[in-house]
Amino acid sequence: MQVTLKIFRFNPEVDKKWHYETYTLDAPETDRILDLLEKVKGHVDGTLSFRRSCAHGVCGSDALRINGRNQLACKTLVRDTGAKITVEPLLGLKVIKDLIVDMKPFFDNYKTVLPYFINDSPLPADGKERLQTIEQRARFDETTKCVLCAACTTSCPSFWGSETYLGPAAFVTAHRFIFDSRDEAASERLHILSETNGVARCHTVYNCTMACPREIQITKAIGEIKLAMITGKLD
Amino acid sequence: MNAHQFDVIVVGAGGAGLMAGLYASRTAKTAVISKLYPTRSHTGAAQGGISAALGNLEEDRIEWHTYDSIKGSDYLGDQDAIQFMCEEAPQAILELEHMGLPFDRTPEGRISQRFFGGHTNNETGKPVRRACHAADRTGHMILQTLYQQCLKNKVNFFDEYQAIDLLIENGRAVGVVAIELATGELHTFHAKAVIFATGGHGRIFEVTSNAYAYTGDGAAMLLRKGLPLEDMEFFQFHPTGIYKLGILITEGVRGDGGVLINGKGERFMPKYAPTVKDLASRDVVSRAIYTEIREGRGINGSNYVYLDVRPETVNRIAELDGRTNPDGSKYTVTGEQILQKLPDIIDFCRVYLGVDPVTQMMPIQPTAHYTMGGIPTNKYGEVVIDDKQTPFPGLYAAGECACVSVHGGNRLGTNSLLDLVVFGKHAGLRAAEYANGVEFESLPKQPEAAARSQFDALRHATGKENVYDISTEMKKIMFDLVGIYRTEKDMLVAIEKVRELKQRYANVKVTDTGKIFNTELINAWELGNMLELAEVIAVSALNRKESRGGHSREDYPNRDDKEWMKHTLVVKQADELKISYKPVTVTKYQPKVRVY
Ligand SMILES: Cc1cc2nc3c(=O)[nH]c(=O)nc-3n(C[C@H](O)[C@H](O)[C@H](O)COP(=O)(O)OP(=O)(O)OC[C@H]3O[C@@H](n4cnc5c(N)ncnc54)[C@H](O)[C@@H]3O)c2cc1C
Ligand code: SF4
Ligand code: FES
Repeated sequence: MQVTLKIFRFNPEVDKKWHYETYTLDAPETDRILDLLEKVKGHVDGTLSFRRSCAHGVCGSDALRINGRNQLACKTLVRDTGAKITVEPLLGLKVIKDLIVDMKPFFDNYKTVLPYFINDSPLPADGKERLQTIEQRARFDETTKCVLCAACTTSCPSFWGSETYLGPAAFVTAHRFIFDSRDEAASERLHILSETNGVARCHTVYNCTMACPREIQITKAIGEIKLAMITGKLD
Repeated sequence: MNAHQFDVIVVGAGGAGLMAGLYASRTAKTAVISKLYPTRSHTGAAQGGISAALGNLEEDRIEWHTYDSIKGSDYLGDQDAIQFMCEEAPQAILELEHMGLPFDRTPEGRISQRFFGGHTNNETGKPVRRACHAADRTGHMILQTLYQQCLKNKVNFFDEYQAIDLLIENGRAVGVVAIELATGELHTFHAKAVIFATGGHGRIFEVTSNAYAYTGDGAAMLLRKGLPLEDMEFFQFHPTGIYKLGILITEGVRGDGGVLINGKGERFMPKYAPTVKDLASRDVVSRAIYTEIREGRGINGSNYVYLDVRPETVNRIAELDGRTNPDGSKYTVTGEQILQKLPDIIDFCRVYLGVDPVTQMMPIQPTAHYTMGGIPTNKYGEVVIDDKQTPFPGLYAAGECACVSVHGGNRLGTNSLLDLVVFGKHAGLRAAEYANGVEFESLPKQPEAAARSQFDALRHATGKENVYDISTEMKKIMFDLVGIYRTEKDMLVAIEKVRELKQRYANVKVTDTGKIFNTELINAWELGNMLELAEVIAVSALNRKESRGGHSREDYPNRDDKEWMKHTLVVKQADELKISYKPVTVTKYQPKVRVY
């Protein structure tokens, strides 16, 4: 079918201001939006720039605003968007070129929540694995799925208001460790999340949950963090 | 201007690079540079599992793992290195667990393990549960965990820096030149030791499970410096890629009871592998699928077959095969359990095919998947340059870009993730040890000159050739003519065509003249790497006149141990590819006929 693809363009070395370009392409319904971007780059305008790698939704490179919604370009098909498609960079992060944004504030926030396993107790005497029941493992399964694509954080009005708001993706990572029975730094993380840039500024807008391409129940995870802060309990 | 100095430079931040960075940085000043943000690396796409004879669910032995890998390699793997990897495996897995990796658990709270192709109990010949897993995103969890540990240990990262040249002075590796993608600036990294962990090059083929980033940069850079590449004819075609798209459907689907079905509705694998059937080695299953298709038994006579993991099929087949749970009870699954074990696979099928694997069959075809060949190394990750295993001072490689060789002619599923963790670690340790014992060698004069002139040539090329057109043609030629089945006639055509494409490439047109994220320029440079490697693959494949592992010659259908129990080495001298050989290390396993 014929699709019209309207793409946000900005080349800092040439343009004073951003603009949109519209391209008309033939594309089967099963084409990914990423395939369309590749077609434009390959045959219409080689300067079009965007990030991508895995092309099947697992590396988190290509979260973009597609028809106004944050989605991965490689996991959104023409079948889902219809024939009129607008592609723009994520909101709330500085545009570097075309669809590429500066991810630094996003990753800085991630790094704030101690995004690594902490357990300084001695290993089991037999040197083997730390035991964990199937139920304990299931407790944080959901939040292990995050690919750090930033679709959630950049759909959040609190983040648009301030780049230093840690944002849903950082909370998801914190949740993954806080509720891991083997980790010992839950209280430090809860403390970090209770500061001014933390979960208190989440107004349960649900944008993040709607945006997550890994279908993580982010708002629920944030709720569990808030509850743990109040009750001091982790189950 | 942009000059940096570190004891150890790691190029690549996938599983192998992160492991190397983590270990090297314990004793040496280390930096990891990566063209992708580390968590975007392809290790994150690995699904099924990582192998180790932990024996958490049933009896297993390191010896069996070793033998299975040797047999899987079709006796081209170096047996000392394979044994080393399998011996290190249990500790490597435990170490990942200690770093916090969320493996799935057994009812006893231990690391859970699943079946995978080619992994067996050597006494009964039956499949054994050896693949440690975290749902169907084991690689994702490895990548995240290692990156997180690197952050915790304050490893230095240069994210979105692409290495474009290796620096050599007085016969020693002394650093790399990299381009900072966000600014287009060149940077010189001066080092005592350089570790390459740049991953594979599956993007050379039309249908592939590999990421856009899989363009073989590391291997191509070394080839240009006159260093050898090993066993490049061995490329693995995974049996189950999503039809047309190539996206991988893990072997874990068959491990959990899924079966392959042809156009006549028959389960065909028992014909080809009577004992382990659908869980035979990948080369065997891929060829079986191709044979079915060629003999007209694809679905509707077309070029794909079905993979069926619907609970009713799995349960019927499990009953027929007499399959049991570890406690001896009958093996059965429900739709719910399938969903739990394979959530990502089910998601891929729903999104890309509109098919629900719990109620429908998945259309699949073999997909170019894994680079067995690559940069020759010994088991410590040292790059070795000849048949005597002479190390090249200061140069190391690990992961998919390297060829130890532990995978030989055909890699067993789950052995790659293991390879990354084991050899990434040892490369890191060795490189740091070396760096701590030597002084910096000086840099070549004008270290950036070669890289700059290569890039300037691309940037200012006035030709009319389009990068995407050349790339598309290369992929098709390689998939059709140097793919699963190969003949002399086809490969001669392929070599001629690839050489034509290389000439056209000299006239390629890059329209973007900017510096900031000039991805067009980068794509053009990467295409140059792929063309180099495509030629090496085709020339190596034409030269090997036998069939072994993933290399199947229709004109030489048998394995020839008398002539060909040896590794291929290719070097480029004055624009000519020169072939030589290196013996395979055999410890105690003499080659046998390979049946599954
Ligand atoms: C879909 C899929 C599923 C798989 N499933 C399994 C499985 O279940 N079990 C298993 O054992 N194996 C599996 N494999 C294989 C395994 O995942 C890979 O072989 C392995 O992850 C490769 O790791 P690596 O560290 O060598 O490379 P990668 O993880 O790909 O990392 C390469 C790194 O090099 C960097 N890089 C590349 N070129 C440059 C350059 N020029 N300059 C700077 N940086 C550069 C990249 O940015 C990246 O960080 C699977 C592979 C695929 C594709
Ligand atoms: S939680 Fe979801 S949307 Fe947010 S970064 Fe992770 S994967 Fe992306
Ligand atoms: S390209 Fe990897 S998530 Fe889209």
